[in-house]
Amino acid sequence: MMLPGMIMTLLIGGLLSWMAARWNAVLSKWIALLAVGADLSLAGYWWFHFRDAASSGSSWFIDFQTGWIPSFGIGFHVAMDGLGLVLLLLTFFLGILAVLCSWQEIKERTGFFYFNLLWTLAGISGVFVAMDLFLFYFFWEVMLVPMFFLISIWGDARRRYAAYKFFIFTQAGGLLMLLAILALYFIHGRQTGTYTFDYFSLLHTSLASSVSRWILSGFLIAFAIKLPAVPFHSWLPDAHSEAPTAGSLLLAGLLLKTGAYGIIRFVLPLFPRESAAIAWWAILAGVIAIVYGALLAFAQTDLKRLIAYTSVSHMGFVLLGIFSFSEIAMQGAVMQILTHGISTGALFVMAGMLKERLHTRDIEQMGGLWTSMPVMGGAALLFTMASLGLPMLGNFIAEFLILLGTFSASVPLAVIASFGLVLSALYSLRMVRKVFLGPADLPLKDLSVRELLILAAMSIGIIALGLYPQPVIDMVRTTVRQLVTR
Amino acid sequence: MSEIQFDALLPYTLLAASSMVIILLIAFRLSHTVIQVVGFLLLCLVIAALLKVRSSLPIAILPLFQIDGFALLFTGLIIFCVSIIGLLSYIYFEEREENPKEYYILLFLATLGAAILTISRHFISLFIGVELLSVSLYALIGYLRTRNNAVEAGMKYLVLAALSSAFLLFGMALIYMDAGTMEFAAIAQKISGHPATSPLVIMGAGIMIVAIGFKLALVPFHLWAADVYQGAPTPVTLFIATVSKIGVFAVLVRFALAIDLQHYPQASTVFSILAIASMIVGNVLALRQQNIKRLLAYSSIAHFGYLLVAFLTGGGAGVEAAFFYLLAYSITLLSAFGVVTLLSTRQRDAEDLTTYRGLFRKDPLMAAVLTVALFSLAGIPLTAGFPAKFFVLTAGVRLHLWPPVITLVLTSVIGLYYYLRVISVLFEGSPHLEIKERTLHPFFYTATYATLAALLLLLCLLGVFPGSIVEGIRAYLLI
Repeated sequence: MMLPGMIMTLLIGGLLSWMAARWNAVLSKWIALLAVGADLSLAGYWWFHFRDAASSGSSWFIDFQTGWIPSFGIGFHVAMDGLGLVLLLLTFFLGILAVLCSWQEIKERTGFFYFNLLWTLAGISGVFVAMDLFLFYFFWEVMLVPMFFLISIWGDARRRYAAYKFFIFTQAGGLLMLLAILALYFIHGRQTGTYTFDYFSLLHTSLASSVSRWILSGFLIAFAIKLPAVPFHSWLPDAHSEAPTAGSLLLAGLLLKTGAYGIIRFVLPLFPRESAAIAWWAILAGVIAIVYGALLAFAQTDLKRLIAYTSVSHMGFVLLGIFSFSEIAMQGAVMQILTHGISTGALFVMAGMLKERLHTRDIEQMGGLWTSMPVMGGAALLFTMASLGLPMLGNFIAEFLILLGTFSASVPLAVIASFGLVLSALYSLRMVRKVFLGPADLPLKDLSVRELLILAAMSIGIIALGLYPQPVIDMVRTTVRQLVTR
Repeated sequence: MSEIQFDALLPYTLLAASSMVIILLIAFRLSHTVIQVVGFLLLCLVIAALLKVRSSLPIAILPLFQIDGFALLFTGLIIFCVSIIGLLSYIYFEEREENPKEYYILLFLATLGAAILTISRHFISLFIGVELLSVSLYALIGYLRTRNNAVEAGMKYLVLAALSSAFLLFGMALIYMDAGTMEFAAIAQKISGHPATSPLVIMGAGIMIVAIGFKLALVPFHLWAADVYQGAPTPVTLFIATVSKIGVFAVLVRFALAIDLQHYPQASTVFSILAIASMIVGNVLALRQQNIKRLLAYSSIAHFGYLLVAFLTGGGAGVEAAFFYLLAYSITLLSAFGVVTLLSTRQRDAEDLTTYRGLFRKDPLMAAVLTVALFSLAGIPLTAGFPAKFFVLTAGVRLHLWPPVITLVLTSVIGLYYYLRVISVLFEGSPHLEIKERTLHPFFYTATYATLAALLLLLCLLGVFPGSIVEGIRAYLLI
């Protein structure tokens, strides 16, 4: 009952927060904070509770099942393993920061904003625990609608265009995935006589290779759009740059991760042979994303767009790690999911803070901010270093593990991917130079306590992951090992 | 006709008597309010009668009618829609003060026509139903005759509907010439006996498809839809979009089940071409619409394309999916047009998209209803449209109808664009929405608001827990 409870907390919290805003906007913020905080502490409790179970090699910690639409074999089946737990922890961690960083930014329709924020989080956490493919698709779609509102109501000047593009891209992928799920459902039903959407039953479907290629591509397109892999990435810069800060944080930190999660959880186990067959192409797509994203990031003048393109580049590493089919690279991919969520999230948060002060995202109009905002400058430098893969910070571990694993899969591609690190140094340093260095211009207020708190939490996270990543690696080991040995 | 048969026909006789009752009420010069309330009570009576006859079904009243679970479901849906349309009509017509009373006679007659379609098993009853429906609609569409588009819409519908009736008759005649009978079952027997279908039957069926396609506004017989939707009074638009199409669709399904359409690949091909064309054309034409009634007209063309996908699969699962789809679609349209009716002013209908700018600030409940309705039309989870679309897709994938299924998926992505466009207008800033003067009795406003809120809840409930409804539909279909 704990897992549905976790999702219900967010759903009900969202509704309450919407209602509360009619009387008092501050109350609605606190309700949102409390709801996410409750879930974060729940996930934290699980972490300590299941740590021993994870190291002893049991894979599923919690499993909850009940009927939903029995006549179609649809059940409400949620379960959590190490991977799910790690991602849930990330979800609520970033969720609470998203609530905090919109504390001052959102001034109108506060209640509805927090309602959408919490429902997006509910959809995302649902995606990470759903073990029924129909339910998975359900949550996959549920997170879109509130996100659409977040972008289209509280976004920047071109928000409507960005919101449409985001929604239509992901929905197109989602519907193709739905077709693939249905095809799988009927094939499995014909083979065994029981029609069900349950993940664990569908794992045992044997597919003819001609059919499975089509089904695989249905899933893969949906996840590649979300990830995003080149050439399905064009929604991302628009959506990220137009969304409000909390929206960008959730998009970069969590929504992209659902794509990676989908590949790890569904594509690899359901289609082991076919995914091995396309592995080289997937790695190639990853490498292209790394280089292409980095080059485009270098050329941007809009701060949020720049960070958005670094996401494309970093998520390329995830693709690389997943399709290398070695345990070490897969661990790296999981680490990359976490560290990219934190580091890029932090960069977006800072871009939001700058925008609140300067009312622009154009880096040509910034410069010399270090003089007036030394604390933020320091934090920005830390996260820029993290994102270019400096040792001691989380991203280094992740990218190192991925490259190590990829090297055994394909030497030339691993070499090209490593050049991505050089490129990332280029764009990161250019960003810091343009924004923070140079002649001082305007006097600005440095970080407030709330903002400092947000950045401090993220800094601690990224440094902890960089210095001692072992607990995470232990937590997901069983899941990863099952995938690789399959 | 035996007593049992007479009893089984009770809901339909009641419905026919209702229009007589309304005429009497008008003769006694009773007020609009009384007529409205009595009309609603009569509809409740019909529902009660439907529930009462359920236990004695199925009953055939040879040769014209077949009353079974299928008929109960579709009739029930029709009555449900009409009762809400009636409620909306009160506000709409009372405000315009254009002698609204005769409107209800026509409404009940048209309803009777649609209801007869759901029970017909014979060409004659089919034709009677279609004519009752269309003749009442001619007058209903042009009812507000002083308004700009009303007469144009009425004429357009009159000419085209008369033409399609002629087609229908001609098609029936051709089939009769070959089969020598007008009963669905007997026709099925006759034509399945021959190895090669005779050209007369093929021609007859083809001509009938034109007529049916016209009534359902399938592409390429859709040209009347947008103009008529726009010109007709909003409650009548709603009636055309729901009740009249439900009735015609019901008889189409019954005919297809009787002759077992799956065994005629050419017919399946024709219908899948119609479905694909409707989905594409409907969605594409809706893209740039600035008028919400026209937009909903094109979207309903597309939705009947989706519905045909379920129809194509035939059999129990297909009918089940189709009925669920119709249910979700009707509730959705009722709520969407309900909002349009409530926002319409005396001078003109609230059909221009700019009227809706900033609605979310002014009237959050209306905005919420319209938003959820549009999401439901787009098939987004948590609304009724999602399971509906899912069941249709399931039915299609099960039978490997790949071309229509893939068109469905791709065109519903196109469809998203215009639904989102309307939704984002609702949430835009700068509200210059004039507050409408509420001159009428507040009870009817409260009732309408409450009904719309209930429809909103219903949409969400159907979206989250479709299971029990599906079971219910299945149980009825087995009767």
